[in-house]
Amino acid sequence: MAAVQDGGSELEGEKEPKPELMNDGSTAPAAAPSSRPEDQQTLLAVLQFLKRNKLIESVDALRREAGLADEPEEAPGSEAAGGAGGAAAGSGELGDAGALLSRVSGGSQSAAAPAPAKGGDDQPDVSVVLSAYSQQGDPSLYQVYYSGLKKFIESVLDCHRAELSQLFYPLFVHMYLELVYNNHESEAKSFFEKFNGDQECYYQDDLRVLSGLTKKEHMKGNETLLDFRTSRFVLRISRDSYQLLKRHLQERQNNQIWNIIQEHLYIDIFDGMPRSKSQIDSMSGSLAGEAKREDNKTKVYYGLLKEPEIEVPLDDEDEEAENEEGKPKKKKPKKDSMGSKSKKQDPNAPQQNRIPLPELKDSDKLDKIMYMKEATKRIRLGPESLPSICFYTFLNAYQGLTAVDFTDDSSLLAGGFADSTVRVWSVTPKKLRKVKSAADLGMIDKESDDVLERIMDEKTASECKILYGHSGPVYGVSFSPDRNYLLSSSEDGTIRLWSLQTFTCLVAYKGHNYPVWDTQFSPYGYYFVSGGHDRVARLWATDHYQPLRMFAGHLADITCTRFHPNSNYVATGSADRTIRLWDVLNGHCVRVLTGHKGPIHTLAFSPNGKYLASGSTDGRVLLWDIGHGLMIGELKGHTDTIYALRFSRDGEILASGSMDNTVRLWDAIRAFDDVETDDFTAATGHVHLPDNSQELLLGTYLSKSTPVIHLHFTRRNLLLSAGAYNSQ
Amino acid sequence: SKIKHREPISTAHLPPPGVLYLAVMAEERRQKQCSVVLPSESMKAMAESMGVGQLQEDSCVALSEEVSYRIKEIAQDALKFMHHGKRRKLTTSDIDYALKLKNVEPLYGFQSQDFIPFRFASGGGRELHFYEEKEVDLSDIISTPLPRVPLDVSLKAHWLSIDGVQPSIPENPPPATKEQQKAESTEPLKAVKPGQEEDGSIQGKGQSGTSAEVKGKEKLRMKPRSTHELSVEQQLYYKEITEACVGSCEAKRAEALQSIATDPGLYQMLPRFSTFISEGVRVNVVQNNLALLIYLMRMMKALMDNPTLYLEKYLHELLPAVVTCIVSKQLCLRPDVDNHWALRDFAARLMAQSCKTFSTTTNNIQSRITKTFTKSWLDDKTQWTTRYGCIVIKTLIIPRLTVEGVRIKAVMEGPVVSNIDKIGAITSPPPSLQKHCASVIAKIRPAPDVVDQYRTDYGYLGPMLCSHVVKARTQAALQAQTVNRTTLTITQVPTTLTITQVPSGGSRTPSIIKVPSSFTLMSTRPATPTQPSPPATKYIVMATSAGAASTQQVTRQTLTSFLNRNTAPAGTYTVTTKPHRPPGLAKHATVTASRLPFSSSAPSSVPSPVLLSSPVFQLHPPEPSSNPVFQSVLQPCPPVPSSSPRPQSPSFSPRPSVPVLQSPSFSPRPPVPVLQPRLQSPYSSLFSPRPSVPVLQFPSSSCISDVIDL
Repeated sequence: MAAVQDGGSELEGEKEPKPELMNDGSTAPAAAPSSRPEDQQTLLAVLQFLKRNKLIESVDALRREAGLADEPEEAPGSEAAGGAGGAAAGSGELGDAGALLSRVSGGSQSAAAPAPAKGGDDQPDVSVVLSAYSQQGDPSLYQVYYSGLKKFIESVLDCHRAELSQLFYPLFVHMYLELVYNNHESEAKSFFEKFNGDQECYYQDDLRVLSGLTKKEHMKGNETLLDFRTSRFVLRISRDSYQLLKRHLQERQNNQIWNIIQEHLYIDIFDGMPRSKSQIDSMSGSLAGEAKREDNKTKVYYGLLKEPEIEVPLDDEDEEAENEEGKPKKKKPKKDSMGSKSKKQDPNAPQQNRIPLPELKDSDKLDKIMYMKEATKRIRLGPESLPSICFYTFLNAYQGLTAVDFTDDSSLLAGGFADSTVRVWSVTPKKLRKVKSAADLGMIDKESDDVLERIMDEKTASECKILYGHSGPVYGVSFSPDRNYLLSSSEDGTIRLWSLQTFTCLVAYKGHNYPVWDTQFSPYGYYFVSGGHDRVARLWATDHYQPLRMFAGHLADITCTRFHPNSNYVATGSADRTIRLWDVLNGHCVRVLTGHKGPIHTLAFSPNGKYLASGSTDGRVLLWDIGHGLMIGELKGHTDTIYALRFSRDGEILASGSMDNTVRLWDAIRAFDDVETDDFTAATGHVHLPDNSQELLLGTYLSKSTPVIHLHFTRRNLLLSAGAYNSQ
Repeated sequence: SKIKHREPISTAHLPPPGVLYLAVMAEERRQKQCSVVLPSESMKAMAESMGVGQLQEDSCVALSEEVSYRIKEIAQDALKFMHHGKRRKLTTSDIDYALKLKNVEPLYGFQSQDFIPFRFASGGGRELHFYEEKEVDLSDIISTPLPRVPLDVSLKAHWLSIDGVQPSIPENPPPATKEQQKAESTEPLKAVKPGQEEDGSIQGKGQSGTSAEVKGKEKLRMKPRSTHELSVEQQLYYKEITEACVGSCEAKRAEALQSIATDPGLYQMLPRFSTFISEGVRVNVVQNNLALLIYLMRMMKALMDNPTLYLEKYLHELLPAVVTCIVSKQLCLRPDVDNHWALRDFAARLMAQSCKTFSTTTNNIQSRITKTFTKSWLDDKTQWTTRYGCIVIKTLIIPRLTVEGVRIKAVMEGPVVSNIDKIGAITSPPPSLQKHCASVIAKIRPAPDVVDQYRTDYGYLGPMLCSHVVKARTQAALQAQTVNRTTLTITQVPTTLTITQVPSGGSRTPSIIKVPSSFTLMSTRPATPTQPSPPATKYIVMATSAGAASTQQVTRQTLTSFLNRNTAPAGTYTVTTKPHRPPGLAKHATVTASRLPFSSSAPSSVPSPVLLSSPVFQLHPPEPSSNPVFQSVLQPCPPVPSSSPRPQSPSFSPRPSVPVLQSPSFSPRPPVPVLQPRLQSPYSSLFSPRPSVPVLQFPSSSCISDVIDL
């Protein structure tokens, strides 16, 4: 997708990675046309694949979509045609086409991944992809080139140095890979050892992968490498700095570096002041450089949907109930403030029917009413009134607790375990009961008022139910909003839908062939999203056994998935250290957020849909403004991977839970207010992050050797957290 | 091509468990390293294990590179599974899943939760690591009883925080670590640290509006920490504990004290406990309820022993209570029978402990307490009991002070000196005190035979001597020799004084010089005619011994390490011992004393080691319990080259014992200038504490442990 979108850039010497085009260092205007045949080729390859697999309908559909009238010619070597999948590298996002295929054309980066699965013989594929490296240069001169550039960059003015320093890492990697590809093993090693130390510390993980790779053969199956090759590393550099670099390289006739820059890097040039080191550092760190500005230009309807009008019977019952429970009477938030939000149409909200949503059932309405009632009793949180935290500790979880979820009304808790089980607990006195067997159900008087009670089998009442079905650790669990279903995703590549009435598995959604790291129900039910090791996030509907959308673009595992509160967008966090926001309607990636320095393990949308918080292995929480696609905050404090993030119901407090056994509370309101987002910063995306983590941190609560892996705010703003006690 | 051909085999089968996990571990450990490759010998070994006999070297190298690369890849994938499993430890199953990801058959039957022990074997010039798989007899397994079924997963809820404050319940970690409490009490302005739970509590109670944050911080300073309400459980606990502590059942009390001393969650209850103790003392002192006072002091001791508590904030309540227990005029209904000295000693030790732990430059507890005691001590009208208490505490404090002085010499120089000054001030007692001393010492005139050793010892190690004093006392207390003894004791004082002067700076010497004389007085005093009961004397031993034991610390620190380097003290010791040879003679005592300085010059030139070692070991039999300690202290003393004495003789000469006899406030300035040249040793300042050593008495074994672990 790189090639398609970067057309308008300053870099007019934009070229396809074809060897024959690289013969000179000058800028060749052959870019635009060359991408067309590539696309065509990809499509043909896809069509062939489909045909081979007898997916006739899909073939037709794809042909229609792509506007290919003519029957494509059958390539003699079927495998070779499949190899064109590799060429998909240069292709744009094949939105729907992608959705039709499972993996082969799913994403440019996946070109090599399926190859081993198909059974070996994938040489053509890889050679297509790697051919860009076939160019020969004097291997011994690489060090000279690199250190020459290094010297130059170190000698330029301070303001440019930081910007140009960004070049080091991608150049280093590409030069190293070129050396490896051309079988200059020893040169590659010495090159690596010499300059490895210069790279930013947040690239260490990648460098480690790279260091293991010393042979051309290794490159075949290495996804990280293919990612690097197929996606252009994006740098954002000011025009001045770029001119400086260009002049230097041309003066020195340093074609080697110039070629790499042109072939493998995408330089996003902006006008204005060069950025400072801290600004650059805050945005960089992802596998493929920063996000291009164009990536984040699409308008995102981040507003909330209008809530359906439901008559809330305001009686005095709840007053009494409140007194009975002995809860301290808190000042109730004004009913209107709650209601008005949903009554008025938010200008940023998507159209109500942009995504078809399931109709409300009676039970849903009842639940909404309950929600409203509870909401009136909600405690208004703030820096002065911190939430109480109730910690649910899983004891004796030898098998390893891997995922936890609470229902929205906080009545049920589900845990996914490494022993493939899913366990559901009732955390209220109400026990879990199964529906009676069919024979028994037949004997029930269906007209009676308490039929819903009668169908339940009292004999099965228990506090905990175990769901068996997966054949691998369960990495994600999610309750449906109506509490009738539970989703679980597992290492075995399936997502299972469980009924919480019968406590049986209803559907196993197969599509991901690799571990599914996370899954989540849409806030309106019906849809759910999943993401896993295959780097593709899928959108499903519970009544379809195939995904409705596939979101391809991440360069590494998708580690967490989250629905936007308005259900129109899906956010995915990935091991490539980026967050992407996808439009459910058309499957487009509408935001790419870079800045994390480690795999992202958790995401949370603010209740108003405007902001996103993300936590990663680097122990930092980053805050994002979705509308502008900007990073607006950085919360430092945790010392280990953050596995849980949650905004309070009104969005005042952000709670984060981490492997370091702490729950931390942050002043979200202040974090969002402190950032001044004027037009300039919005346009350029150059934000000065205030370093105020310590001021925003409202509290740290240490547990006893219990990593916090889930957080949940009840409707009354009580914070629930969960984790397994770790006896070591 | 040959290698190529083998490759599939290698990736599919070659990495046997051992190698794989080894490589993984190596990977983890040496992440930085660029390229770790398995040795080609491993390849050979593996090939052999699979029946491939002759593997060429080239193939081995190529294979090992390939295998290393694959293993690294797998390890990196396995890490992914570890992260998603929310664990910090890589398990075998992670590797299995990673293999599965690569379409490689997982290593079945290799489940282990624990670290896998590898065995090492070498032979035939080859080294191997392997995983030992024992042959298992199935019948054994069948016949063994089934292991207990592990408990099922269960869910437990607790409050991690209530309105922003973390309750101190067993489920939560101790709310505030000791360091934190300390930081809080010593630096109250910094108490509000973001990221600490206190922060939450303050802001939770603060006013609304963001500007209230400052307000909240101010509030903290005013808000007593004790306002936090105790949970019902805590209240119950408090009730149980306090009842047990002062109840009649000793077993229960022991349990309760144990609980207080170890429970990490008492932080919130600390104010209650301290109030309980101080109130309890107040009431029981009036009622002369000795037993309860002792119980309360034990409680306080337990609180101090609790590693998670930092008492400083409550010292204002606790210390007065302790002081009361030390110096109260009457602690029990029948002072002559009841063992109130024990309480005084115990409390004094407690005091010493708290002084040592909590005294800082800002609160100056130590000097304040010293001052308090000094005042009462100087007051002529105070009761003997009170005086006893004062002295006891002195003995405890002073060595401690010196310890402290040694430790933080540079920083604490000021306060230490001032304290010493004060102590010095005490020790210039009014003439009336002199009288008392005389009478006291009269009581403890030892039998001559013991005295001989006693003297030999005295200069070197006071504690030893004390035991003999006690013994002697029990043997015979003859009024007649009172005068004689008095002089004797006091003549010894100057000898110690010389030691004192040696290391300490000239300006300070006057004050320090007086210290030992006070000690002498203390040690002997309790046996005053007014309190002639045998227990009293016994307690003298205890009390002083505590001090002595702590001086052992000094000794251990300074003496053992430095004695061999600085000969001066050794020399002086010998000086002190020699002149006292003729002890029992009544009227001659003064003479001997006055003769002391002169005679001292002579023995000092004699190599001290002889004197040092031999008498010490002779002394052991009487008090065997303490032997180990002393031996450990003494034995390291090497034969000391006695280089010191030369300057000593002149220094001693102007200092006849007479001034001491008349009034201890004499100022023996003369020796100072002479002695100063001997300060060459860098450790001279370290030696200043040592003078007290000879004065302090023998430690009773019961106290040693207490004091040493201070």
